[in-house]
Amino acid sequence: MLIERRWKKWVYFYIPLTLFVIGTLFPFYWMLITAIRPDSELYRSWRAVNNAPFWTLAPTLEHFRDLMEKTTFPHWLWNTFFIAVVSTIISLTCGLLAGYALARLRFPMAGTLGTSIFVTYLVPPTLLFIPLANIIRTFQLGDTPWALILTYPTFLIPFCTWLLMGYFKTIPKELEECARIDGATRFGAMTRIIFPIAVPGILSAGIFAFTLSWNEFIYALVFLSSPEKKTVPVGVVSELIRGDIYFWGQLMAGALLGSIPVALVYSFFVEYYVTGLTGSVKG
Amino acid sequence: MEKPIAGGSGSAAPLEVVLPRPGAQRAQPAAITRWLENEKLLAAVLLAPAVILLGLFIAYPFVMGVWLSLSNTSVGNVGEFVGVRNFVKAWHDSIFQTAFRNTFFYTFWATVFKLGLGMWLALLLNRNFRGKRIVRASMLLPFIVPTVLSTFAWRWMFDPTFSVLNWLLYRTGAITTKLPFLSDGVYGMWCAIVVNTWRGMPFFAITLLAGLQTINPDLHEAASLDGANGWQRFWRVTWPLLKPVTLVVVVFSVIQTFSDFQLIYVLTNGGPANSTHLLATYAYQVGVATGLLGEGAAISLFMLPVLFIVVWLQLRYLRRLEGA
Repeated sequence: MLIERRWKKWVYFYIPLTLFVIGTLFPFYWMLITAIRPDSELYRSWRAVNNAPFWTLAPTLEHFRDLMEKTTFPHWLWNTFFIAVVSTIISLTCGLLAGYALARLRFPMAGTLGTSIFVTYLVPPTLLFIPLANIIRTFQLGDTPWALILTYPTFLIPFCTWLLMGYFKTIPKELEECARIDGATRFGAMTRIIFPIAVPGILSAGIFAFTLSWNEFIYALVFLSSPEKKTVPVGVVSELIRGDIYFWGQLMAGALLGSIPVALVYSFFVEYYVTGLTGSVKG
Repeated sequence: MEKPIAGGSGSAAPLEVVLPRPGAQRAQPAAITRWLENEKLLAAVLLAPAVILLGLFIAYPFVMGVWLSLSNTSVGNVGEFVGVRNFVKAWHDSIFQTAFRNTFFYTFWATVFKLGLGMWLALLLNRNFRGKRIVRASMLLPFIVPTVLSTFAWRWMFDPTFSVLNWLLYRTGAITTKLPFLSDGVYGMWCAIVVNTWRGMPFFAITLLAGLQTINPDLHEAASLDGANGWQRFWRVTWPLLKPVTLVVVVFSVIQTFSDFQLIYVLTNGGPANSTHLLATYAYQVGVATGLLGEGAAISLFMLPVLFIVVWLQLRYLRRLEGA
C-alpha cells in the first residue's frame, strides 16, 4: 500500500510486535521452566551471584511424577474432561434446537424470548453462585459431577443459541422450502437439510463451549468438596498448597498439564475457535 | 443482532400441499409428525429444553438470591425476613467499601488497557508478515488457558522472595530493593490489573482484527492520497468504522471484569488485610467461607445495578442498529 522506510517499519512494527509476543508468551515459558527445575534451584536467593533464572542446568521430571503419583491429579483431569464434554453436548443440543426455532419459526413471544436468552448470556456466574449453591444442596447434587454438568449450560446455552441462531440466518430459507415441497416434514427438513449445513457453526460453538467449561472455576469451587472429585482448576488451587506452603514446581507442572488439553483442542481448530469468538459478540 | 423472528418461514405455509411423501414418515409415528407441522408447537418443543434449564438454574436462583439477600439465612440455618438490613450493613462495612471502590477501579483501568493494547495489537496483526498465522494463534493463548492456572504463573512471578520480575528490574538497575508486588494493597491492585489485561487483551485484539478485516483497503488508499498520515487515517477512517464492534467488545469485557472472581481469588485472595477484594471475592468470603448466605447474596447483588445499566445500554444500542 504505502512504501515505508526501513527504520520506520522496525519502530512501528517489528519492535512493538516482538514486545507483544514476549509479553504474551513469557508466563507460559516461566511455567515450563519452573515445572522442570529441581527444587534446589527454585528456591535460591534473588541476589545470588550465579543465579540463572531463565534456564535450568539440571532439568527434571520429578514434579510431574510427583503430581501424577502422589496427588489425585489424574482424577481431576478425567473429571474436567467428562464434565466439559457432557455439558458441551447438552448445551449444543439445547442451543441447536432453540437457535433454529428463534431464527426460523414464527411464534408469539419470539422477540421477548430472544432478548431474554441474550440477557441470560450476560448474567455473570458470580451473581448467582450463592443461591445456586443452596439449590444444588436442595437437589442433593452437591459434590457430584452433575452439579456442574447441569449448571454449566446456564452460560453455555445462551452462547450456543446466540451463535447458532446467527449461523442459521445465513442459510437461505429456500433450501428448506425445496425440501418441504419434496415432501419433507418441518422437523425432517431441519434435521436432514439444515443441521448438516450448519456443521461448521456447530463445531465453532462446541469448541468454544468446551474451553469455557474446562476453564470454569467458581461453580466448581463452591459445589465440589472431595479432593478426588474436583476439576483441574479447583484441584490445583486447593489441593496442591499444603498449609501455607506452595510447591511451585508441582503447581506449575499442574498448571501446564491442565492447560495442554485446551491448548491442543484450540490448536487443531484455531479457525473455528476464532469464528466462535468473534461470532459470540456479533450474533 | 437482527430481529429474532426475521426468519419468518410463514412464506412456507402455503406450500403445504399434500404430496405423496416417500419415506418422510419413516421412523416417527404419523401423529407426532403431523403435530410437529404446527409451527407454534414445534417452536415450543424446540425451545423447551433450553428454557427449562435456564429457568431452573438462572431465573430461579436469581429470585432465590433476592430472597436470601433479604433474610438472615446462614448455612444450616433457615433464616427469616429482615428487610434491607444486609444491604445497609454491607454499605457501612469498611471492607465492603474498599471492595466496591476496587471493583470500579479495576474494571476501569483494565478495560482502558485492554482496549488500548488490544487495538494496537489488532492493527499490527492486520498487516502482512511472515508467520502471521502462528503469531495470531499464539497471541490468543492467554485467553484459552484456564485463568486460574495462568494466574498462578503470575503469582509465582510476583512471589515476595523469588520474583523473577524483581530479579530482572534489579539486574537492569531499575530498582535497588524488592518491589512489594502482592504484599501491598495498591501494588496488588495494579498487579491484578496487569494480569487481567494480559488475559483479556487477546480477546479485544482478535475481535477487533475481525472488524478491521472488513474495512475496505481502498478507503485507506484514498485517505492517504488525500494526504492523511497514519494517525489521521486511524482516527478518521478506521475508528469510525470500528466503533460498533468496539462497543460490543467493551460491554462484554466490562461485564466480565466487573464480576471477576478467579483472578483475585488466586492472586491475592483479597489480601493483604482485605485491601484488594472485589465485590465477587468479598461475597464469596462472607457467603461461602463464613457461611452467611444472606449477607453474601446481598453483597453480590450490589453488582446488579451496574450490570443492568450496561446490558440496557447494549440492548438499546442493538435496537438502534436494527432500526438503521
